[in-house]
Amino acid sequence: MDKTIKEKIDKSRFEWVGANVNESESITRPTTSYWKDAMHRLSKNKAAMISLCIIILILLLAIVVPAVSPYTISEQHYAHTSEGIGFKDPDDGHLHIFGTDKLGRDIFTRVWSGARISLVISFTAVFVNVIIGIIYGGISGYLGGAVDNIMMRLIEIINGIPYLIIVILLMMVLEPGVKTMIIAYAAVGWTSMARLVRGQVMSLKQQDYVVAAKVMGAKPGRIIFKHLIPNTLSVVIVNITLAIPSAIFTESFLSYIGLGVQIPIASWGTLANDGSKVFQMYPSQLVIPAICISLTMLSFNLLGDGLRDSLDPKLRR
Amino acid sequence: MIKYVGKRLFYAILTILTLTVLTFFMMRMLPGDPFIGNKAIPEVTMEALNRKYGLDKPVLEQLIIYISNAFRGDLGVSIKYNRPVTDIISQAFPYSFELGIRALIFATIMGVLLGIVAAVKRGTKWDSLAMFFAIVGVSVPNFIIGSLLQYLLGLKLYQWTGVKFFPITGWGSVASKLIPSFALSFSSLATISRLMRTSMLDVLGQDYIKTAKSKGLSQKKIIWKHAVRNAIMPVITVLGPIAASVLTGAFVVENIFSIPGMGRFFVMSIQDQDYTMISGITLFYGIFLVAANLMVDLAYGFIDPRVKLTEGRE
Repeated sequence: MDKTIKEKIDKSRFEWVGANVNESESITRPTTSYWKDAMHRLSKNKAAMISLCIIILILLLAIVVPAVSPYTISEQHYAHTSEGIGFKDPDDGHLHIFGTDKLGRDIFTRVWSGARISLVISFTAVFVNVIIGIIYGGISGYLGGAVDNIMMRLIEIINGIPYLIIVILLMMVLEPGVKTMIIAYAAVGWTSMARLVRGQVMSLKQQDYVVAAKVMGAKPGRIIFKHLIPNTLSVVIVNITLAIPSAIFTESFLSYIGLGVQIPIASWGTLANDGSKVFQMYPSQLVIPAICISLTMLSFNLLGDGLRDSLDPKLRR
Repeated sequence: MIKYVGKRLFYAILTILTLTVLTFFMMRMLPGDPFIGNKAIPEVTMEALNRKYGLDKPVLEQLIIYISNAFRGDLGVSIKYNRPVTDIISQAFPYSFELGIRALIFATIMGVLLGIVAAVKRGTKWDSLAMFFAIVGVSVPNFIIGSLLQYLLGLKLYQWTGVKFFPITGWGSVASKLIPSFALSFSSLATISRLMRTSMLDVLGQDYIKTAKSKGLSQKKIIWKHAVRNAIMPVITVLGPIAASVLTGAFVVENIFSIPGMGRFFVMSIQDQDYTMISGITLFYGIFLVAANLMVDLAYGFIDPRVKLTEGRE
């Protein structure tokens, strides 16, 4: 034992000055809401922020380029077909930033209008999935019991079949096109969202504020959509971010095997498919859409991981 | 235990039945009529044709005939090849199976190892490297990986070195099987390694690992004897979905590398609108995957003594 600790300290050396009334009640740090806090954490995640910038850039290019490009997606330049990246025609002064394909179409324009199609399909499909998933999962989780049991068994059966096979079947039956793509993906993609929302709702409905709402006579519909669903939002947002790359993948996969959007519309998948036919000769025609698809998926995946970490720090690894 | 197995079996059969009914109605909904040709067919002939193929019977009866035929292994005759679909499947399936199994084994072993390394060396360069590899693997579609590997390893490596390490396409020698298997396994490998890392970190934080450490076990022993055995459980549960993704991935990988497997036939029959082939192969895939899922579920129950099968997991 240290000797200095044992030494007796004289009480008279201390004086009671009283509690500081002003400071005891004040909060030393500024109050932050849950979302502000999460956004603050997210802004410190470098990978997620870079991903966010890339996503914004891709969105901007997809909006702007097809609108201002001097070429249209089907316009052919017979004088220069299958030109390389950064080709500039000395005769007519045509500049093709990503070159041209075997029919002499400007790849830069095609890639970014393809981005429009691919992104519109994936965003819409995921949006529909979320709506169905929230309603289905919310009802199933809140009601519980036999209803929940039946609803979940239904999901189990749908999940037993690989979704790509159902999508392929649907694509065969319906008229091919953008709308069909969205319908086909939305028809099977909602199950994971529904499961997630159900799990959240089941744990949330035990909480006191739900009981309080029930005591005050709120109807189940009001409790589900006004009290429970808003509290599952963070999980839903993370899942949306992670569902988008899978939708982009599905779209490009289907287009790649020839079930996607039809000519003259081009999506990233059809561009990759066209590029793969001339891949040995002109690799850039596959590599460009490939990079676009992969980079977009990667960015959304990284952003989703970052969002999950910042919205639920407990899960952080 | 018996109750659990029974329940699983019941859902498996229900899933297969749903898929069968779904395929049946989708094929009926397809535009066009098999007998419509250039010439107008007299009504009597039409009736005879309909009678011959059983199309004059009520829909429900047709459905029952379809199901009973399917379960007896009669999936109809391919419109394009004019051969029974089951014939084509039995010829093409071995290729797909070998490719799939190779990819699955490679993905599982490499994914688990990568996950272990990342978890044990958490926060180091190795961890970031492994996880970067994993997220790229999740993000790059398999048809892109396949084409790139084919281009770089099949074509460019040959042009640079003058030695033919890997053939560009085909399925025969060991070397020719390497690139397709790897291309197919890539995304599953990434998924497994991410999962394994999370699960391993979970286990490494548990008390019994601390106990093992404090009683002086070597790190090697702790990791391999105590941690990995428990951490690997979640990986087993996703093997079902992983098998599904390997299978659908084979659609494009077999196409890229010209492997005469089922995926290639499937994609070709989509392009040719060969409806009997499509419905037949779909059904086969469905049954195969449901069976694989069932096996994984049951295996999980046997391997992990903590799972009380009788209680029936969700």
